[in-house]
Amino acid sequence: MQVFKGVLLASGETTDITVEGSQVTKVGKTTESGLDCPGLMALPGFVDLHTHLRQPGYEASETVLSGSRSGAAGGYTALFAMANSDPVADTASVVEQVMKLGEEAGLLEVRPIGAVTKGLAGTELSALGLMANSKAKVKVFSDDGHCVHDPLVMQRALTYVKGLGAVIAQHAQEPRLTEGSQMNSGELSTELGLKGWPSVAEESIIARDALLAEQVGARLHICHLTTAGAVDVVRWAKARGIQITAEVTPHHLMLTEDLVRSYDPVYKVNPPLRRTEDTLALREGLIDGTIDIIGTDHAPHSSEKKDCEWEQAAFGMVGLEHAASVAQEVLIESGASDWKRFTEVMSSKPAEIGSLEGHGTIAEGQPANLVLLDPAASRTVTAVTHSLSHNNPFAGRELKGRVVHTVFRGKFSVKDGKVKNA
Amino acid sequence: MPLRTVLDSSDISRAIKRISHEILETNSGSEDLVLLGIPTRGVELAERIDTSLAEIDPGYVSNLGVLDITMYRDDSLDAEREIRPTQIPTSGIDDKVVVLIDDVLYSGRTVRSALDALIDIGRPRQVKLAVLVDRGHRELPIRPDFVGKNLPTSAAERVNVMLANTDGSDQVVIEQ
Amino acid sequence: MKHLTSIRELDTGSAIAILDNADELGAVNSREVKKLPALRGKTVVNLFYENSTRTRISFEIAAKRLSADVINFAAATSSVSKGESLKDTAQTLEALGADAIVIRHPMSGAAQTLATKGWISGSVVNAGDGSHEHPTQALLDALTIRQIKKSGDDLAGIKVLIVGDIQHSRVARSNVLLLSLLGAEVTLAGPETLLPKTFAAMGCKISHSFEEALAEKPDVVMMLRVQRERMQGTFFPSEREYAAKWSLSGERFKMLGNQTIILHPGPMNRGFEISNEAADDPRSAVLTQVRNGLSVRMAVLYKLMAGEG
Repeated sequence: MQVFKGVLLASGETTDITVEGSQVTKVGKTTESGLDCPGLMALPGFVDLHTHLRQPGYEASETVLSGSRSGAAGGYTALFAMANSDPVADTASVVEQVMKLGEEAGLLEVRPIGAVTKGLAGTELSALGLMANSKAKVKVFSDDGHCVHDPLVMQRALTYVKGLGAVIAQHAQEPRLTEGSQMNSGELSTELGLKGWPSVAEESIIARDALLAEQVGARLHICHLTTAGAVDVVRWAKARGIQITAEVTPHHLMLTEDLVRSYDPVYKVNPPLRRTEDTLALREGLIDGTIDIIGTDHAPHSSEKKDCEWEQAAFGMVGLEHAASVAQEVLIESGASDWKRFTEVMSSKPAEIGSLEGHGTIAEGQPANLVLLDPAASRTVTAVTHSLSHNNPFAGRELKGRVVHTVFRGKFSVKDGKVKNA
Repeated sequence: MPLRTVLDSSDISRAIKRISHEILETNSGSEDLVLLGIPTRGVELAERIDTSLAEIDPGYVSNLGVLDITMYRDDSLDAEREIRPTQIPTSGIDDKVVVLIDDVLYSGRTVRSALDALIDIGRPRQVKLAVLVDRGHRELPIRPDFVGKNLPTSAAERVNVMLANTDGSDQVVIEQ
Repeated sequence: MKHLTSIRELDTGSAIAILDNADELGAVNSREVKKLPALRGKTVVNLFYENSTRTRISFEIAAKRLSADVINFAAATSSVSKGESLKDTAQTLEALGADAIVIRHPMSGAAQTLATKGWISGSVVNAGDGSHEHPTQALLDALTIRQIKKSGDDLAGIKVLIVGDIQHSRVARSNVLLLSLLGAEVTLAGPETLLPKTFAAMGCKISHSFEEALAEKPDVVMMLRVQRERMQGTFFPSEREYAAKWSLSGERFKMLGNQTIILHPGPMNRGFEISNEAADDPRSAVLTQVRNGLSVRMAVLYKLMAGEG
């Protein structure tokens, strides 16, 4: 039995949490002694609907184990692993393999995402039903990294996946409008001579897919929103009653295109960093509920993929270990929202969108998946984290909030800031 | 920082006059003379010696120019230094007697640079060196032909030459 | 100053100082001994990922006039993605003794990346990166305008019109930044698809009509070299239509003032963006540009490399 004494809940209440075996058995004051947790927030373990674990295929960048360690250090108890591995997660055997690697690591729950189309090629549907019925019980499908751009393929995928009770997470990027694109399209891309990535390339796909989802009555999730216009389109779709959810990354909430002036590929990401106006609209959308969740789009790359010319470099940044601090900055430190909303965007909503049970709540009789964090602590982000890759655009920045303990199925995956060895 | 004036305005005028006389004496007249000042203060000194020569010798034909040595320096290069124009009088320097003129002679490196610069421009018959102050501490086998004042100094001291057109007044001071 | 990768690294004073030095260094080209010992013992590497014989030769002669040793390294002519990385190539060249790398690269930002990544300790000179910048070209253009217009230190009040495929032009970008820094009024002219309105933020005016722009009586008209393969398909309907609207020829050529300077960074597509008549006109300063290219590159190499010893 483990008792967390004097924790602060998102509701503001101070209480004790009792964990027995893998479950929470009591949320309330108890006379039992335990671990004193003064000043620590107890929240449901975080759930990331958008992680690239790179295994199988790119083990130099990340493995399921190293990604699990990084996730646990960031307070996560569940990660959804994107399908763009090699081989692509477009068959039952690949998703089962990923799930098995996750169980072996044992630090958090790894939920494989299946590819929408074979080989992410955008033309033929992958083995959607077989993946859903496999041991991995896939509930989220995505070609992330690529857009399912063919409207007919998207329409059929939405229709088919609806029957499986699953959701499609769309990487909204019109491919013709973004051929060779390197950064946000605007005055800065003009000056820097880098091919622009117009916001309309994102917004037009969201609008199209929202209408397709409405037509077939399916659920649709939009990955990494980046523009003010995209927030407007999602707001409009929700008002219309379309079953649409949306996600924003930590980096798009805080970083802007000005960083590209350095031509440092650590700031190269797909979709690209946008303008200040866009980050403000994204924050507003996250606070008012237009945007449902924070998804990290944790995209580790080995250093040789970034130690080169901007146009040669890979897209992507890591995110698991600072996402909670960014969420705290945007929702709490800003004074704009509260810990309940924080819990929704970091845990309960992503669990709901991903049909993931046993996460997203701290309740008696539920699995003990929780995080204890010290919101008052400040820390300087370092490039080197538990990830195998160091492509961290937040390195050197001072952020608030530190994960002290992470508990997965009743056991510490992180204790006193130290990740348990698997 | 203590300052010591070692030459005042009248000392400088006398020194210029004496150097001018010596130039004429050793050259047995002003024929074929070319005066080249080394920027910055060598240029003003050259102008004043030129004026003085004209006063002394009514037949003096002025061949006055500027020799910039920035691109020929070998000591602590300063890339922010502006390259100044080199102006060679229309007579050219081939077969002439060139008098290089600078304010202070110290290590000799500036003069070495000036000799290199000169050779890239032409082939003088003779090259002579006139300086207002020789403060010693030579690092190269170079000696002046005409000296305003020999001024034994320690390496820690600084010799500042100020001239009327460049600095507002004529004087030479030592900073310790 | 250790690198020159963008005009953004200059202020008015340092830009004028480079032009002044270039003016003085230009005099060396008319001497019998066309050599200065300023960079004796130093090594300059021309690392060219794109073919550009003119720029490469200009940098080569400039370095040699300053007594530096020059190594020409033509990197993969086809694709950079094949073969050795920029990092390895640059580090190899430095291990062989390069004190400065003059880089021409098809990707925007490559020169800045080379200068700032900490791969090498020597100087980096941008000889053209993607469609980003070509700072020495802008400096030689500014010097040419200053000499012909006898405008003093800067280019205050001089009206410069730059015409053509602005979108893909590093020459246009460097010129907008430098000429406006020096006080000139720069107007860019080109078809809408090749001249997005976002250029205005760099400090210039935008025109989509060559005739209207010429009616403003520019003091300088700079014609950009047009990559003809871009003039068909999605940017412009046809080469013929482009030439009809945007070449300096016929009636448009007649609109030029008596004192208007014609510039072109070369090599010219005679009969396409510029007519023979315009290219050979006495108002054309194309060869002065070439000569000034040498002086400007000498001044830049001297500024970056001297003082390191």
